[in-house]
Amino acid sequence: MVPIIVFVVAAAICVAGALGVVLNRNPVHSALSLVATLFGVAVLFIAQDAQFLAAVQVIVYAGAIVVLFLFVIMLLGVDRAENLESEPLTGQRPAALVAGLLIGGGLIAVLVASTITGKHSSGAKVDPAQANVNQIGRLLFTDHLWAFEITSVLLVIAVVGAVVLARRGAPGSGADAVDAGIPADDFGEPASPDTVPPNDVEETVR
Amino acid sequence: MIFAGDPLLSGHIDLAVVAIVVLKTVLTFALLLVGTMFMVWFERKVVGDLQNRIGPNRAGPFGLLQTLADGVKVFFKEDLIPEQADRVIFKYAPLLSMVPAFITFAVVPIAGDFRHGHSGVVSIFGHRTLLQLADPPIGVLLVLAMSSIAVYGVMLAGWSSGSKYPLLGSVRASAQMVSYEAALGLSVVAVVLVSGTLSTSGIVSAQAPWKWNLWVTGVVPFVIFLISGTAELNRPPFDLVEAEQELVGGYQTEYSGIRFALFYLAEFMNTITMSAIIVTLFLGGPSGPVILGPAWIWGLIWFLLKLLIFLFVFVWFRATLPRFRYDQLMDLGWKALIPLSLGWLLLLTAVRVGDVEGWNPFLVTMVGAVVLVAAYGLLVLAMRAARRNRQLAEELL
Amino acid sequence: MSAFLREYLTVAIFTGVAFGLLAGVLSVGKLIRPVRPQAEKYFNYESGVDAVGTGWVQSPIRYYVFALLFVMFDVEAVFIFPWATQLEIYGWFGAVEMGIFIVLLALGLLYAWRKGVLRWT
Repeated sequence: MVPIIVFVVAAAICVAGALGVVLNRNPVHSALSLVATLFGVAVLFIAQDAQFLAAVQVIVYAGAIVVLFLFVIMLLGVDRAENLESEPLTGQRPAALVAGLLIGGGLIAVLVASTITGKHSSGAKVDPAQANVNQIGRLLFTDHLWAFEITSVLLVIAVVGAVVLARRGAPGSGADAVDAGIPADDFGEPASPDTVPPNDVEETVR
Repeated sequence: MIFAGDPLLSGHIDLAVVAIVVLKTVLTFALLLVGTMFMVWFERKVVGDLQNRIGPNRAGPFGLLQTLADGVKVFFKEDLIPEQADRVIFKYAPLLSMVPAFITFAVVPIAGDFRHGHSGVVSIFGHRTLLQLADPPIGVLLVLAMSSIAVYGVMLAGWSSGSKYPLLGSVRASAQMVSYEAALGLSVVAVVLVSGTLSTSGIVSAQAPWKWNLWVTGVVPFVIFLISGTAELNRPPFDLVEAEQELVGGYQTEYSGIRFALFYLAEFMNTITMSAIIVTLFLGGPSGPVILGPAWIWGLIWFLLKLLIFLFVFVWFRATLPRFRYDQLMDLGWKALIPLSLGWLLLLTAVRVGDVEGWNPFLVTMVGAVVLVAAYGLLVLAMRAARRNRQLAEELL
Repeated sequence: MSAFLREYLTVAIFTGVAFGLLAGVLSVGKLIRPVRPQAEKYFNYESGVDAVGTGWVQSPIRYYVFALLFVMFDVEAVFIFPWATQLEIYGWFGAVEMGIFIVLLALGLLYAWRKGVLRWT
């Protein structure tokens, strides 16, 4: 009884959040709806005894990725009304329509063609006698070691990308000044006696 | 493997079990709420003493009821929502900064019998249970998750105000919290490394009676956790978020009445929760010597004493340390705490693995330390060289 | 229903009670506080003088870089946890693998540092 209630509530949160992401006009509201969806998924993970994944879901997705989204939204400024007439990429809309139809059709096909058992997925067996974390750790260090190590490279690539973007996107700070290497005040010597670094306020309010 | 999970909930559920859960819920709430009220008073009184003032002394004995009086007053204040604000988010953002504090407190072991072989379990009404509301096997991750959710309260409060300084304050605050959360997470890893479990009661059991992680992990993770914890709380010296000389009131500027009070209380509640987490992770939680009487009472006494130390430390920080500048704050987080915690993690790993493999612990520590110091020295040299080159280039221009 | 789920249900109930309590506080406040609307009260306070322009301003890109670095270290910590709980089992092999992982990410931080994006001027 309780698992069904948990599932229904979590699923309802997921779907409502997902609809909110698409339907909200304000990007910040959309991002918050996304958080709701991620929470719903975390609850579903807990219901499947995948507690470590649930915690990771909240820590990484709700706690880091969506915060990153919000930073991007604030970087762009939210009041910028988007022109819905123009397509950012040519052929984007027809492609999106086709992809959406394909995914929807696939989901319906799965629902119609297969039976719904309510059992745990057969892809990975959860051993209730062993802590969740340990099972994931064992998999990470045996079958998926290569993927695990390559993840670090992926993360570093993301950082390199962000660094390149930030240096190009900040004309005020001067790319050549940054290029010269580590600044003289890098080890905590105060650059100016002001309480605020003056750029902070100016750039933001501009 | 250390047992995780409350034995109360693993068997058959009868009325007594439900009663115990309800009792624990009520007690946890009471402890946290009374604690918050006490903390407001305590902070004002101690800061008053440290500044040679008297502090609140009118309402009740020693001014103890001052918080209550302020609370009653704030109920009768008008609640203004600026017309530029995003109404829905503006209204509910205070809840988002308070609820994570509650949830975090749910996994803190408050009392219990941590003598050898008991691992915190006591008996009430013939049922064996832990004296904490819940003990999920991933308790520590729940704490981290909640501290990352706490960012939203601040961020959304500032954003939804539709006002420049609050927005600036909240973006600053969230960047600060996010930065220090990275250091926080890495110092928690050090604790997990020596305890071998993610459950909070398991971590406390692993420390009982005197194997406190404070010295088992070698003090450095504790210092990192304390500093980044203070920054997570946006408390002085890391209170740039509400630096009144720069940002008016930061993200709270547009708030008034009861919603402002919620933010105010949330800060103190989070302080209590953070202190409780520090006590749990590094100071052995409720574990300690049992002198006479039931063991769980001693657990409670030790827990409250240890908690009080950290509450005082946080107040002491506030009264003593001047506020950081934002660039110093970011430098401390990214250039000192995170590299230090990564290095310390590698060193701890070497020592622990050496322990398991039977290597000479002294040799392992020495070699590890030498490698780390050498790496740091190389880094400093590289920085110096880069700085010198830059100065040369400037002179030539 | 597994014992694990019960553990989290307790937390969920506790959360519900917390929300209920706060909602109660807010609605009690709503009942007893005065409401005397005046147009001036609903202007942005901002810094005390009349606000110029809108409040939704753009923030500098530097914050974005820090958020992304945070994602990196967050993911790193999450990957370390499963190994850290069972360090003995993986022995020196796991330690070396984890060392490579940590050092690679530290190099990412070093890169950002060297390129000056960690500098806040």
